[in-house]
Amino acid sequence: MHRTRILDHAVLILGALFLTLPVVVAFMTSTHEAAEIHSKGLMLSPGGHFVETYETVLTRQGGFTGQVTGARMMMNSFILGIGFAVGKIVLSMLAAYAIVYFRFRFATLAFWVIFTTLLLPLEVRIMPSYEVMSGLGLINSYTGLIVPLLASATGTFYFRQFFKSVPEELLEAARIDGAGPFKFFIDVLVPLSKTMIAAIFIIMFVYGWNQYLWPMLMTTDERFFTLMRGIKQILQVWIGSQIPDYNEAFALAVLAMLPPVLIVVIFQSWFIKGLTESDK
Amino acid sequence: MKRVQFSSPLLPYLFLAPQLAVIVIFFYWPSVRAIQSSFYLEDPFGFGSTFVGFDNYLGVLLSPEYLSIARFTAIFTATVTFFSLALGLLLAVKADAVIRGNAAYKTLLISVYAIAPPVAGLIGMMFFDQHIGPFVKIAAFLGWDMKVGLSYFDTAFAMIFVAVWKQIPYNFIFFLSGLQALPASVREAAAIDCRSGIKRFWTVIFPLLAPTAFFLLIINVTYALFDTFGVIDVMVKDKAANNPITLVYKVYMDGFRGNDIGGSSAQSVILMIVVFVLTVLQFRFIERRIHYT
Repeated sequence: MHRTRILDHAVLILGALFLTLPVVVAFMTSTHEAAEIHSKGLMLSPGGHFVETYETVLTRQGGFTGQVTGARMMMNSFILGIGFAVGKIVLSMLAAYAIVYFRFRFATLAFWVIFTTLLLPLEVRIMPSYEVMSGLGLINSYTGLIVPLLASATGTFYFRQFFKSVPEELLEAARIDGAGPFKFFIDVLVPLSKTMIAAIFIIMFVYGWNQYLWPMLMTTDERFFTLMRGIKQILQVWIGSQIPDYNEAFALAVLAMLPPVLIVVIFQSWFIKGLTESDK
Repeated sequence: MKRVQFSSPLLPYLFLAPQLAVIVIFFYWPSVRAIQSSFYLEDPFGFGSTFVGFDNYLGVLLSPEYLSIARFTAIFTATVTFFSLALGLLLAVKADAVIRGNAAYKTLLISVYAIAPPVAGLIGMMFFDQHIGPFVKIAAFLGWDMKVGLSYFDTAFAMIFVAVWKQIPYNFIFFLSGLQALPASVREAAAIDCRSGIKRFWTVIFPLLAPTAFFLLIINVTYALFDTFGVIDVMVKDKAANNPITLVYKVYMDGFRGNDIGGSSAQSVILMIVVFVLTVLQFRFIERRIHYT
């Protein structure tokens, strides 16, 4: 019995190292100088250039691209993440409210129209989506970056499931007390959904923050670059340079993964709950 | 649906309007456009287009290049799915078995869950870098002259490695919560009947986990087909020449780099059909699971 326990721990430690070590190495290496990394390889111990490297990456005008700073890209990533999460929650709560709490003729049709969007990920319809966006003149704008990503049903389904689990008596009681649809929504349903809203906000923020393909297509103007777009850029600068700026590339990667990693670690239980219960 | 509902002639439509507007403009319109332009040969300089029937589809499906990419996509998907599921399951079973340090392991194992595919790709590139990559040195030590970005096989290996690394935490979360939802009485009964832990796992625990595993199978196939775009894009850096790519990447390359709108749209429609089949499978399965529980 005792031997198996040790083996269990060994497997878990190996697994944890396998998953987390690359992230640790990325951070440690980013605190060394490029030339040192070039001659000695990746690092496992901290170097003395943390402040310099990150200051350069965040503030230097034209750090990688000639026009944009890391701080600007980070701000754009936050705008995309928060804008996407808020938009998703507002749209999907309203739609789910209509579908669950109202009796109207086209309810089933509306449900299926929304539902179908789950069938096609953005990746398979990028080309025509891009054409539609350029037709609408939305390239290089925050609207163009955020709104098209909202065209999916995930949030609506989370809220639909949640509203269906809200006890019927609440609506009966509210109606006896004379509450109309607006009052019921704002004074009863929204406060009840607080935890749900928070969980969805976190999941959607990470989803928006991590978007890669769409920002890559939608932004040619560097003022709108997100961190993910910056990663693509840094690799293009890479080709042909003598000693690539390994440290700055790693620093950018660390900045790009910091919010998602922190969120997952801090809000672990919410995250797991939101994820694993969504498929039911 | 609720027993008690509001009835109002206008309000439900008002609440649905924003969501429907976004979906119609940014989902249905582009999808219809994709299907439409897959039947046309479009002039790359924008001078009109001619109807060509199924020519674009035939052109795509008969090209040896497309077929070899399709074959690679199948191998890539199968390998990534298998390894990320197997390792996720292994870690979940072990994490479920230990008591001491349980929470710490769990936190460590899921901490990299939300790292974006391109970031994973960038870190992977460094680990497989010709000058500084430790994996290349290990491979050299074993007599393997690894050249990621130049050799087809080595690039494929690195891509699969990174894609698996990124997906393990996801599978771990679902398998662990699946394991923890199993009734203790079943496990105790099994422990009395059978001494061998391995046999107990395959005959009792694994069949009970099968619904979770099947759900994850579909999710992982979707992940390997579509979400790995970032990994691939970072690792082949637009130079698809001699490098392995997947079908989704090919849609992007033909549409945006090659300006072959008709061909790219036809490929999109082919992928739509693949996703459609996957989704139907998934929903049929979910219905069955509801029936069981």
